[in-house]
Amino acid sequence: MSADPSVPPAALSGEVRMPEKLADVEPVRSVRTPIRLEYDFVPGEASAGYLNAFADRKILGQRSPVDGAVLVPPRGVDPRHGAATPEYVELPDTGHVGGFCVTRLPIPGRDDLEIPYVSAWIHLDGADIGFLGLVAGIATSEVRMGMRVRAVWKPDEQLGRTAENILYWAPTGEPDIPVTAAGTNAWHAKQAAKEQG
Amino acid sequence: MAERLRADLVLEYPFTRTTGPVIGAFLTGLREGIILGIRRPDGTVLCPPTEYDPETSEPLTELVEVGPQGELESWTWVDPPRSQSPWDQPHGLGLIRLDGADTPMIHGLLVDHPGELFSGMRVVAQWRSERGGHIADLEGFSPQESPGTGQ
Repeated sequence: MSADPSVPPAALSGEVRMPEKLADVEPVRSVRTPIRLEYDFVPGEASAGYLNAFADRKILGQRSPVDGAVLVPPRGVDPRHGAATPEYVELPDTGHVGGFCVTRLPIPGRDDLEIPYVSAWIHLDGADIGFLGLVAGIATSEVRMGMRVRAVWKPDEQLGRTAENILYWAPTGEPDIPVTAAGTNAWHAKQAAKEQG
Repeated sequence: MAERLRADLVLEYPFTRTTGPVIGAFLTGLREGIILGIRRPDGTVLCPPTEYDPETSEPLTELVEVGPQGELESWTWVDPPRSQSPWDQPHGLGLIRLDGADTPMIHGLLVDHPGELFSGMRVVAQWRSERGGHIADLEGFSPQESPGTGQ
């Protein structure tokens, strides 16, 4: 076997020998292999607390006991440090777009979304990480990092114990926050300021 | 304490993947109604073919026709069928070592009752009339003696 990594292995370079009777047929080059997994989701304590709070139009995060970072959704643990996060923090339904993606192609299984649509990391005021949400109520070309947004909730009678209570995030019209302070940049800026005392 | 939450979730991807030349050759064979194995340096034949020798990791390149008859090495009866089984009736799955191959491949067994199956029995491939280069181009394997196989 060649030790030169720039030389593709023979099996992947197309040099296979076929029986004569298959020598002149058009080779198969791709195959459809759909996969599907159906499962029951049963949330643990932190996720259940988060979902239950949604029924009251509340968004819960948890505070890291290590450095105070507010994590949302709460997972019961700060994954950076392996530390349990028993302290809940109620967060407002306002924040900013930390980063976003405009999707222009239909995604199988999401026929409910009209394309193009914008999915974004929503950084809630008081949270130190973002969580995913749809941004609407604005032209896709107008969405920007640092844009201030507020949750648009379902009507009260349709609220359930689900994050689907938030239909989308709409611009508030407030001035943008600077990109250098948007998204996780805010956390890094905060840490740098702390180090400088 | 609040009522326990649960939800039915579905994770689904409609992958289309490129095959590479070896798996592509196997699927090309299936589309043409021919089962292919691949020869190792020691002369033994793997079916289904692999891109690399499982012991030495050497690339393998020589595809050879095997079957369509073979020997049922081992089998199981699936009852009840799973939601994603190829058939919605109880059915057999077998490890079939095709004539000319040294390793068995897994596929369906076209019999109505587990009493018709025994390890070591001779079986023969049954092809679908419409084939597109997929493992399901083979409908399955039936007992070689059974009527209608034309063997």
